[in-house]
Amino acid sequence: MSELLRLERVSRHFSGLQALRDVTLSVARGEVLGLIGPNGAGKTTLVNTICGVTPANSGTVTFDATEITRIKTYQAARLGLSRTFQIVQPFSEFTALDNVAAAALFSQPGASLKGAREAARAHLAFVGLEAQASQPAATLTLAMRKRLELAKALAMKPKLLFLDEVNAGLNSAEVERATRLIHELAAGGITIVMIEHLMKVVLNVCTRIVVLHNGTLIADGAPREVISNPAVVEAYLGQKYAQRSAGHG
Amino acid sequence: MTRSNIALLVLIAAVAALPLFGGAYALRLGTIACLYAVLALSWNVVGGLAGYPSFATAAFFGYGAYAAGVLLGHGWPLWAAIAFATLSAFVAAAALGAVLLRLRGHYFAIASLSLAEVLRELVNNATDLTGGGMGLNIPLASGAGIMAEATFFFFAMWGVLLATALMAIIVGGSKLGFALACIRQNETASSMVGLNTTLYKAAAFGLSACFVSAAGGIYAAWVHYIDPSDVFDVLYSVKPIVMALMGGLGSPLGVACGAFLYLGLEEVVWRNYIQIHTGVLGLLIVLLLLFLPHGLSSLRPDRLWRRAKHV
Repeated sequence: MSELLRLERVSRHFSGLQALRDVTLSVARGEVLGLIGPNGAGKTTLVNTICGVTPANSGTVTFDATEITRIKTYQAARLGLSRTFQIVQPFSEFTALDNVAAAALFSQPGASLKGAREAARAHLAFVGLEAQASQPAATLTLAMRKRLELAKALAMKPKLLFLDEVNAGLNSAEVERATRLIHELAAGGITIVMIEHLMKVVLNVCTRIVVLHNGTLIADGAPREVISNPAVVEAYLGQKYAQRSAGHG
Repeated sequence: MTRSNIALLVLIAAVAALPLFGGAYALRLGTIACLYAVLALSWNVVGGLAGYPSFATAAFFGYGAYAAGVLLGHGWPLWAAIAFATLSAFVAAAALGAVLLRLRGHYFAIASLSLAEVLRELVNNATDLTGGGMGLNIPLASGAGIMAEATFFFFAMWGVLLATALMAIIVGGSKLGFALACIRQNETASSMVGLNTTLYKAAAFGLSACFVSAAGGIYAAWVHYIDPSDVFDVLYSVKPIVMALMGGLGSPLGVACGAFLYLGLEEVVWRNYIQIHTGVLGLLIVLLLLFLPHGLSSLRPDRLWRRAKHV
């Protein structure tokens, strides 16, 4: 498998807080990579750093054989890096359709508003929101807004898609539905990096997992191996629990 | 084209019929009405569509007045002086916009406010070119009679209004208008979907400047004498905002109606309360904004009728 994204010793700090420390990571084409770690580990910062929102202070980011360390956010979007937000970011006054149309319009050079709206309809149908197409985004439920985020990300024809906690705050039926969508996307050949807290989903969907803790990568490997790794258990549950579970094992 | 845009063009066409009905006073009022509508419609591009509270209108207006005034003094024909003022204002404002529009909210408002002050100081100090605080005399355009000249400048200002309205209508239905609406709602999300926010904001700032400058140039030629405290008056920045709020942010028809309503109020209040006119005008504006927070365009006869039926 060829390499799509490469991070080489990427660091990012916010004044005194070291959010990312020497992160080196490679993502292969067609992979579904799970990015997990406790709250505040730096998962969203990592995505922001790759997408140009908070560029790295040191290190390099290479995407599709192009260096993008200092790239602007909108340029990253046009290269095929797209993402959903943990806290949904719709254009609230726009209809669901226009939300997706905006993504299709501005990420594709030379797109027309009319063409973008047509493309948007297809993406809304894919995530099951065609009935809500003409509803303002502000009136959608959280689950619908999460799926709207997904439709927006897809309308940008991504090569690499970051899913930042698409399942947070959803009930189990909604999670199942979202998981099915992710499976379909992966089958369609989009490379996915997902930040996710629900282990069931991670184990079900991901082909590989990396674990971030205090801004450092502490584990990288197949899902089953990684979650039984003592360092990972310790990061999540503390030292005491890690020793106890090691004793039991 | 939407119904409200057609209504806007009809309204502007109706204004053009003004010389048929009145004398010098009607022409003067009509010219100012066109000027106000130009200011408000232009402000609406950056303030209403993109959601950036710009106080730069006075800077654009004064710039246009001085650019055209100085060129007319050097013997340029009126049309060439106005064309130069328009184009140079667009370029300069777009370049400035790329820098200034990185600021948001109050910070941007203050920065845009300072623009007029900076230009005023420049004009004050470039005495050789602008006459400084003494003001600038602008040669009479022609030997034509007073009424003929008044009619000419009315139609010149009306022409700028028509151009501004067409610009507003075109922008509203274009990719630019869509982009500005995205920026207003969520700028972070806008850049995430690949929108080059700096480019679109700069274009919006340029468009909000060029016709204001053209109007400033015509104003200078019309009144024959300008000075810095007149054309860089902060009221030229504040009035368009009040007009747009009165009319209803965003919709070109609402904004143009707001401009005409504001002028009407100003005239009536000025005539009847000469001593305390600004106080009375302020009170009226507060009342209007309190009871019609979304402006005139939220006032629909059909809605009133429906409410009455339920009583």
